[in-house]
Amino acid sequence: MDLSLKDLYDGFRQADVIKEYANLITNKSKLLSHPINIMEVCGGHTHTIMKYGLKQLLPSNIHFIHGPGCPVCVMPKERIDHAFVLAMQKDVILVTLGDMIKVPGSLGSLQDARSNGADVRFVYSPLDCIKIANENPTKKIIFFAIGFETTTPMTSALIDQVIKKDINNILFHINHITVPEPMKALLDDPTNKIDAFIGPSHVSVISGSKIYAEFPNKYHKPVVVSGFEPLDVMQSVLMIINQFIENRCELEVEYSRSVSYHGNITAQNLNNKYFETKDKFRWRGLGDIPKSALKLKDTFSHLDAEILFNEILPTQMIDDHKLCICGEILKGKKDPKDCKVFGTSCKPNTPMGSCMVSSEGACAAYYKYGNLK
Amino acid sequence: MNEIINKNVTLSMGNGGSENNELISKIFYKAFKNEILEKSEDAAIIENGKLAFCTDSFTISPLIFNGGDIGKISICGTCNDLAMMGAKPKYLSIAVIIEEGFSINLLTQIVDSIKKELLINDAIIVTGDTKVVPKGSVDQIFINTTGIGEVIKSGISANNIESDDVIIVSRDIGTHGATIFAQREGIELVSDLKSDCASLYPIIKELLSQDIKINAMRDATRGGIAAVLNEWAKASDVCIEIDEDQIPVSEEVKGLCEILGFEATSLANEGTFLIATNKENGSRILELLKTFNSNASIIGKTTNSYSKKVILKSAWGTQTFLEMPTGELLPRIC
Amino acid sequence: MCLSIPSRVTKIDYKNNTATIDTMGISREASLDLMEENSIQIGDFVLIHIGFIMNKIDEEDAIISLNTYREILDAMDAEERQKAILESDNCPNTTKG
Repeated sequence: MDLSLKDLYDGFRQADVIKEYANLITNKSKLLSHPINIMEVCGGHTHTIMKYGLKQLLPSNIHFIHGPGCPVCVMPKERIDHAFVLAMQKDVILVTLGDMIKVPGSLGSLQDARSNGADVRFVYSPLDCIKIANENPTKKIIFFAIGFETTTPMTSALIDQVIKKDINNILFHINHITVPEPMKALLDDPTNKIDAFIGPSHVSVISGSKIYAEFPNKYHKPVVVSGFEPLDVMQSVLMIINQFIENRCELEVEYSRSVSYHGNITAQNLNNKYFETKDKFRWRGLGDIPKSALKLKDTFSHLDAEILFNEILPTQMIDDHKLCICGEILKGKKDPKDCKVFGTSCKPNTPMGSCMVSSEGACAAYYKYGNLK
Repeated sequence: MNEIINKNVTLSMGNGGSENNELISKIFYKAFKNEILEKSEDAAIIENGKLAFCTDSFTISPLIFNGGDIGKISICGTCNDLAMMGAKPKYLSIAVIIEEGFSINLLTQIVDSIKKELLINDAIIVTGDTKVVPKGSVDQIFINTTGIGEVIKSGISANNIESDDVIIVSRDIGTHGATIFAQREGIELVSDLKSDCASLYPIIKELLSQDIKINAMRDATRGGIAAVLNEWAKASDVCIEIDEDQIPVSEEVKGLCEILGFEATSLANEGTFLIATNKENGSRILELLKTFNSNASIIGKTTNSYSKKVILKSAWGTQTFLEMPTGELLPRIC
Repeated sequence: MCLSIPSRVTKIDYKNNTATIDTMGISREASLDLMEENSIQIGDFVLIHIGFIMNKIDEEDAIISLNTYREILDAMDAEERQKAILESDNCPNTTKG
């Protein structure tokens, strides 16, 4: 068979095969001794599940719990305020990736800052900062870097170019976080309901599936690393069900066409050149999680906007509105529909919590894709 | 809540979706209240149903794109709104606001496009206005056109859709939004994407001459077909059920949507329209539309299941609500 | 979590360490900074994320997955044909002999 590009999309979205997997899962799940709660860690998987209506195809003893793998959703308000304050500085151009623009902090969102005269730009690639920096030599370009392991290497590549090309007007505010630590934090909570994990697709491409090895071994939770397409997710669900039926607890990779055990070593080396683990990071809804975020190594502190602008950056920790249950949703304990303000005061254009504002957030995905039974 | 929460106007209030509608109803409709305005159609029907009247402003960037330019779109936009109400475009006004330093050659090119498009609609410009403003006051050139048309077939309205109607789309969707996004600064993409920007009156003229009952007709501009379908569902208090695999989308538009995380149903069009008609008329209308574009398709029907909602049915038996588009169109990220 | 798209490499610019990639008719530049030197060739299928090539897709593995899906469909078809035959055999209207 000759592979075409179209096969890599359509091949994993075939309607008949999806229907058949629904049957296979329904039949197999009858052999389960108890219902299974599967946490899909990654916001992109939440998006796939909602967009393709996959929940409607699953039997009643299989549940998805929506995990915290949405970097915008877990960004604490005080750090969004950092972005706001930096953006409002004279002669600063604040640059970030798409969804960050709409997330509200306590001062407002970056979109609001822009309406108030701040120069805020969203870019498709971090490398676009270089063009902006060249076109605005008298301004400071601050790249507000967000994302999990998938996106960190791209920031590293930008730092690499800034240093190699001797660009003197690009700075960084780093908010890169890692996946395994919040997974552990969730499991350390004895009230957690997680039976197995669907592992993120593209974090795993970079970091390798090795980062999940301790979950079956130490925590006795199976992990299946899944691709993004609906058939990837359906197959991963089936693989998890089979593990339970066969009394196995393993790390498996469904997404083997792109994920290896060791991952992308070049990207990992680039990260290790510029970043080190931060002692702790406060995750919205989850609280402090040790060693779950990255910071620039001391040698590069001259590029660190958090250090250079330290005096003006707000330090007060800001809690969510008391009706917002994003934290419980992120931990997998509640569903968006359990939230009193979901769809009423809290909607995509008037978000009260980040789960609604980012298209990867559980609430936004539910709102957008309607979750019709 | 009758007040808008924001203190300032945000970019998303110009998106053609829910924030746009909120701005319009809570500020403008509230102040200008009258029966004709509140019908909220593509064009207002005035003078006892004899005339259609509408206006539109064009601020598009880039000015020239694959498939057209701001001149072409300034005529298509207004003439199409008239045609969608069953009216023949007749008289237009044009008002331009030009930034100091704008190239005369470029202005001539734009005016030539306008002239060409007027001929296609068999309409004339009878009055106009020109302003030149200092550099930085507008982004190169903004154009407003206002049109008056003669109603040929009345009764076409978003409020007239019935249960058991079929919904037809005139061609593949999202090409204009995809083309503009691809060309816009900041995302360097090279493709064969071409805007569908076109005058619809020639097709409508054919359609109206056939004497088939049309319940509603609307071109899907900002907010895409998602916006139109939601507006229809609400205005006529029906449920609209759409078969996802029947919606025609070109490979290039699919590609752009994949890359940027967009839904083709929310992308703007400038030459694509939807028709709602009784079931019996569906195939006749489809046949006629196919002579203009082979991608014309019946994409769904109206039912009574979920009042005022649009449902998207997948090929594997699941369904989701197709919501009114919100926010600016931003690429999804990690 | 991270929007990443399969694309095909159509050109390589060794000087700037970038590649031209095609995604369903849309052509773009992507950086090769995250890939080992000379690991990507023209015609390779790759994953792109925010302007960078992240990895090379294992074609053989993808084909195996697609073949698995085909087998599932074939099995389903065979089952349905069996079912249809059984139904017809059991139909009281069929005359026997």
